[in-house]
Amino acid sequence: MKKRKLNIAVTGLNAIDSPGPGVSVIRALREAASFDVGIIGLSYESLEPGIYMHDLVDRTYSIPYPSAGIDTLLSRIEYIHDKEKLDVIIPNFDAELYPFIKLEPKLKTMGIHMFLPTLHQFEERHKVNLNDFGKKYNISVPKSKVIYDLNTIHSLPSEFSFPMIVKGKFYDASIAYSIEQVKSYFNKISAKWGLPIIIQEFIHGTEFNVTGLGDGKGNTIGAVPMRKQYITDKGKAWGGITISDEKMLDMTRKFLKNTKWRGGFELELMKNKDGELYLLEINPRLPAWIYLAVGVGQNIPEALVNLAMGEKVLPFTTYDVGKMFIRYSWDMIVDRAKFEQISIYGEL
Amino acid sequence: MKLRKNVAVSEAGLLFNPVTGESYSINPIGVEILNLIRDEKNPAQISRVILDKYSTDQATFEKDYHDFISILEHHNLLESHEETKA
Repeated sequence: MKKRKLNIAVTGLNAIDSPGPGVSVIRALREAASFDVGIIGLSYESLEPGIYMHDLVDRTYSIPYPSAGIDTLLSRIEYIHDKEKLDVIIPNFDAELYPFIKLEPKLKTMGIHMFLPTLHQFEERHKVNLNDFGKKYNISVPKSKVIYDLNTIHSLPSEFSFPMIVKGKFYDASIAYSIEQVKSYFNKISAKWGLPIIIQEFIHGTEFNVTGLGDGKGNTIGAVPMRKQYITDKGKAWGGITISDEKMLDMTRKFLKNTKWRGGFELELMKNKDGELYLLEINPRLPAWIYLAVGVGQNIPEALVNLAMGEKVLPFTTYDVGKMFIRYSWDMIVDRAKFEQISIYGEL
Repeated sequence: MKLRKNVAVSEAGLLFNPVTGESYSINPIGVEILNLIRDEKNPAQISRVILDKYSTDQATFEKDYHDFISILEHHNLLESHEETKA
């Protein structure tokens, strides 16, 4: 039987040392059993490697940074839609989710579907609200404090012991062992990602991640936990292995049931030496290692697209434990003309 | 004493704990002892098997055996007494 074909636009094509999830999501969609795909890449920078991966991405269009405003983004999407007849958009960056969530009703009237968290879910799980989130949903989280200026830093040692984590509102986190280091990371991270900065209690232990998909009604459609085996100096997993930990899966199901989370997500968890789990962060999108979930039997991006298209999706019930992903980098040889094409015309 | 459920030991000596994702490499005698533990042999029975098979003495075996068990316990690879009773 001929499968229907969906045109799906995907962001996060920066398959670099701190990779975006786009390329992994596209690999998953190319392997979807329930539909065929045309893949439209959406890029922010001309050197995002996914732009040049023509075996995965059919065409790429540059889109404006979120700071350019929602109207600018909408007008660019209208242009791309006119040419490509998009069925689905999968945004993969935290920073672009706000404008896409805002645009979701408008895009739906144009026939473009998404499956994103609600604005309330997106805001509630934000790092700056983690303490309240933990209290509300009875989930253990490390103590954290939001700071807006350097003057408040001197009072931190009375509330937190060293080391402490200094986090950016979207990305970046560093471990500080002294007030001087807190100041230095505050300046560095706020210059890049803006204010506020989050100070978080350091939990000694082992870091785990869970990726999954909630249907927006409290049900778990998919969930795969992973232990990072090889971590880069940016804290990114360069290798990982699927594990079977009921406590972690219970916490995930509780998170989805209580919040009625809609869309893909990644939970960052820390397990201390007593086996207690702490939720460090909720990333409101699929992670760069999402292809591991596909490799162990849960094609979460495919399920997300089907939910976006209003299809009934049955939950995944199993996955292979003990399967690993090992990431690698690959040098592509690219004609300058292609680089010029995307840089000057914003299309390739 | 029991090895935790789901802990996988390959013939080549790679032990994988699916709950933590950690793996360990174990030498052939370690694998043999783990298989005996799996078969629910008690320490006296394990001692007899190893002493019959290898040229070592009781005292050396006991010391090495207890070291090995301590390492397994340290890495949380054995069921606790409460879990065993349950």
